[in-house]
Amino acid sequence: MSEKVMQKRKWQMTIALIIIIAITYLSAAITKFNFIDGLVAFPEAIGWMFSNLLITQESLEKLPTILDKLVETIFMSIAATTTAAVVSIFLGIMGSKTTSINGFLSTFARFIASVSRNIPVVAWALILLLSFGQNSLTGYLALFVGTVGFLTRAFIESIDEASHSAVEALTATGATYFHIVNKAVIPQSLPQMISWILFMIETNIRSATLVGILTGTGIGYTFDMYYKSMNYNVVALVTFSIVIAVIIIELMSNYIRKVIM
Amino acid sequence: MALLQIARLSKSYDNETKVLKDISFSVKAGEFVSIIGPSGAGKSTLLRCVNQMVPISSGEVIFDNAPVTQLKKRALRQLRTNIGMVFQHYNLVPRLTVIENVLHGRLGYKTTLQGIMSRFTEKEKEQAFYLLRKLGIEEHAYKRCDQLSGGQQQRVGIARALIQGPKLVLCDEPIASLDPNSSKIIMDHLKSITSELGITCLVNLHQVEVAQQYSDRIIGLNQGEVVFDGTNYQLTEEKTNRIYGTEMRELITV
Ligand SMILES: Nc1ncnc2c1ncn2[C@@H]1O[C@H](COP(=O)(O)OP(=O)(O)OP(=O)(O)O)[C@@H](O)[C@H]1O
Ligand SMILES: [Mg+2]
Repeated sequence: MSEKVMQKRKWQMTIALIIIIAITYLSAAITKFNFIDGLVAFPEAIGWMFSNLLITQESLEKLPTILDKLVETIFMSIAATTTAAVVSIFLGIMGSKTTSINGFLSTFARFIASVSRNIPVVAWALILLLSFGQNSLTGYLALFVGTVGFLTRAFIESIDEASHSAVEALTATGATYFHIVNKAVIPQSLPQMISWILFMIETNIRSATLVGILTGTGIGYTFDMYYKSMNYNVVALVTFSIVIAVIIIELMSNYIRKVIM
Repeated sequence: MALLQIARLSKSYDNETKVLKDISFSVKAGEFVSIIGPSGAGKSTLLRCVNQMVPISSGEVIFDNAPVTQLKKRALRQLRTNIGMVFQHYNLVPRLTVIENVLHGRLGYKTTLQGIMSRFTEKEKEQAFYLLRKLGIEEHAYKRCDQLSGGQQQRVGIARALIQGPKLVLCDEPIASLDPNSSKIIMDHLKSITSELGITCLVNLHQVEVAQQYSDRIIGLNQGEVVFDGTNYQLTEEKTNRIYGTEMRELITV
């Protein structure tokens, strides 16, 4: 009996593997991507990187302006995330089955979450560019909208998971809706929510660079500018400082997570 | 005069299958009543109909002379302050301290603002500590609930129900997640609620022996119908079989 199951599993695995290989081959054929050419180009590309993307003495002079822009970008990401978090808490409470007030609001919240989440941040930036033009507001809004979608979804799950039973108990004591949200739902799901917010700050700092290239603001703009003027040494420095910043933020949020959990 | 009267109560979640069928019984003040029956018989649903945690489909529930089914918002909240509830999985807020969880039982008496600001009177706090002392968990008052054992958490749940100053306490399988030792402690506490404080208890149980040992009266439920209602002396082997179905009985007592 169990041997038969094992046999079946093996077959399923083999078939799955064949399908994956087939798909890979097919997509390579369709896009005319040649594995061999790709591999051959590799050493050359790496060689180019090492010879051009060097941080030189000269490029270090640009460091203060770069850091300036970097800090601006980080703060914009944090601002976009925290403001989005406030909106998402409301949408999350409305959208969660445990705490929803009525079906319409619940569907509405889930709809907003779904729309803003399923359109990539870059697409939002491009859409918003049309109406708001190239400025930092556009970048902020693009991050904000994407974050609302993601966080609302995450908060709905945190609330549902964390507090269903306590909500039942408090309802049975005769507590009001706001009592229940305040005394049971928020205390129980807050650490999880903060964890998601930290995750979104990290994500948004990365996306902000990309969005900045499009909207001509922040560190993304700096990157784009030096990239287009082929000053690759500075490009390397910009990239390096972004990487360092992201790592620092990640370490910090990991620490915060440990403390609050 | 009966504290709780249930008359021709029916309940259906999906408008097709009736989970409770035409149930009638009443409970006198100060009685300790157990409800037994196989899984899915509708025990939890029945308890939740008493304090309107689920809306009933037809029939009447009268608690303390008030028709429960007709109550709306404020009046319903007020009714619920008079009915404590104890759950199988304790239903505490695990990240909050014991004392905070106990004081949640007073929220029904607060306005929204008072509650959110945690405006509890000295008397309420004293009462909370008094209850914790009675239940033997005073030294854990400032611990987070998720650091307590199951039996201790259930005692927090009981304290939360008692601080409401209820006339009736509904217990949905209060000992189903506990070992025999903790179960005995919990059942003894519940029994003393009735004998010392005169509070009526309506307890769902799945161990017949426990029900027989503690109850003044036992109600047997099978597939949403009351098939037994009497004292534990009247609950003969044959009647127990009728509640559970013969084979079920063997499984349950093992
Ligand atoms: N919220 C709900 N929505 C739909 N059906 C439900 C709901 N709660 C319970 N039921 C159904 O009602 C029936 C009775 O359930 P109930 O939980 O009252 O039984 P129970 O006697 O408490 O069982 P157990 O001993 O397993 O706790 C079951 O068939 C169950 O599937
Ligand atoms: Mg049940």
